[in-house]
Amino acid sequence: MEFRCHKVAKGCATGQALATREPISFLGNVDPETGMVVDPGHELYGHCIAGRVLIFPGGKGSTVGSYVLYQLKKRGLAPVAMMNLRSEPIVAVGAIISGIPLVDRIPEDLLNIPEGKMVTVDADRELIIVDAPI
Amino acid sequence: MYLSREEELLLAGEKGETLRKAMEILVAIGEIYGADRLIPIGSVQVAGVSFKNIGQAGLEWISDLKGRAVVPSFLNPAGMDLRRWKEMGIDPDFARDQEMVVEAYRRLGISDDCTCIPYQVRPGVAAEGDHLAWSESSAVSYANSVLGARTNREGGPTALASALLGRTPLCGYHLDENRRPTHMVVVEQELRGSDYGALGFLAGRIVKDGVPLFRLRDKPTLDELKALGASMAASGSVALYYVDGATPSPPSGEPEEKLSFDRTDIEEVREDHPAEDADMVALGCPHCSPAELARIADLLDAKLVRRELWICTARKIAQASPDVVKRIEKSGARVICDTCMVVCPASECYRKIAVNSGKALAYIPGLVRVQAGFGSTEECIEVATKG
Repeated sequence: MEFRCHKVAKGCATGQALATREPISFLGNVDPETGMVVDPGHELYGHCIAGRVLIFPGGKGSTVGSYVLYQLKKRGLAPVAMMNLRSEPIVAVGAIISGIPLVDRIPEDLLNIPEGKMVTVDADRELIIVDAPI
Repeated sequence: MYLSREEELLLAGEKGETLRKAMEILVAIGEIYGADRLIPIGSVQVAGVSFKNIGQAGLEWISDLKGRAVVPSFLNPAGMDLRRWKEMGIDPDFARDQEMVVEAYRRLGISDDCTCIPYQVRPGVAAEGDHLAWSESSAVSYANSVLGARTNREGGPTALASALLGRTPLCGYHLDENRRPTHMVVVEQELRGSDYGALGFLAGRIVKDGVPLFRLRDKPTLDELKALGASMAASGSVALYYVDGATPSPPSGEPEEKLSFDRTDIEEVREDHPAEDADMVALGCPHCSPAELARIADLLDAKLVRRELWICTARKIAQASPDVVKRIEKSGARVICDTCMVVCPASECYRKIAVNSGKALAYIPGLVRVQAGFGSTEECIEVATKG
């Protein structure tokens, strides 16, 4: 199935979905050395975001969170793409400086995509494809 | 968003990858906030300097940039005194990493002022109507409110992008329509010194990211305004406020919400956060002005400290007042430059820090993970020197 969205950071990538209904603070929630969600209070606690299409309402917290995304990318542990309901500066800037495709204005239902579903995020064409072929 | 021909070329990468990314950042932020174009700015204050805050991740990103600031640009406080870190007990590995961060910024043509009070260190750097891209919350508040300049609260990467391009998106506090007061705050009784920090600590939480207009009994000094703005920016996220008769006037229009505070409320801040049992005392949040340093020197005359006492200020201010610094240090207190008790890991080993700052009071529990006690400057000196 295809969905329209809005480009925040360019690029196109496909991967397995990891979705949450909770905002993510990259400074604090995610370990920049491993890509694991290390905050016991977060819905995604214990999951690894590396290589995933990360789907969440938006970012929060310190602007330093942008740098955490950059470090993850340099270590090959970043999400391949990200999808938000509404992107705010920390995640937008983090995606841009790291070269991670990012879109927002996605349908809210997409926050419920089951883990592991193949998703393509085509930020350049402002298109999301769920259950994309590998 | 409208982009000039030159901006289009920058965005297309005609002047290199660093500037292309910087433009991409500003355009993305502009789109998020509904800016219709970019505007030139007079100066940039860059946040994201303390290695404690940005870590390896930030150091890597900054080190990878290739470019030079095109407008006067200066740094926020770092995670240590760049010269006296050893005697502060800073770990040598941290010191090496912190120095690398500052050096990476220097290579980009950004000045290592390492202070949250650039307006007191660089006279004339911001004047009424000037558009800026500053990033430290108390400095943003002072620039907008006391000087009547215009800046949003930039983050690390957006401030850097602005330094490299000399531009910022036209949105937020750059626009008249976002500078109208939202809350009226009345205090009919006398306020002095650290009372302003207590007032801001209380008001910030209620006003959040609104624009308060204060009606006070007396006219606050510039240092008192500094304390008021700093505490509201920390306990709330106030970036602009007005004080009738003391700051540039607001656009007309009576705010909808009304609050008032009295001396009981101010006293309650001290009662809720007692300072007497603190094992460390730290003043200078925001950094001390020359007048504040002189007053502290007077209070410490003929006294000796029995607890660690930090007096935090900008290096340029300490260098301009060597006799005052000497008098302070005769007591055993340390005049610390380039950093502060909130962003320097050397404050983490204490149990409770006594402060005269509403800003420090708001930040210490979360960022330093120790307790904070609040008192006037005199009370804090008393805690530091008593048996």
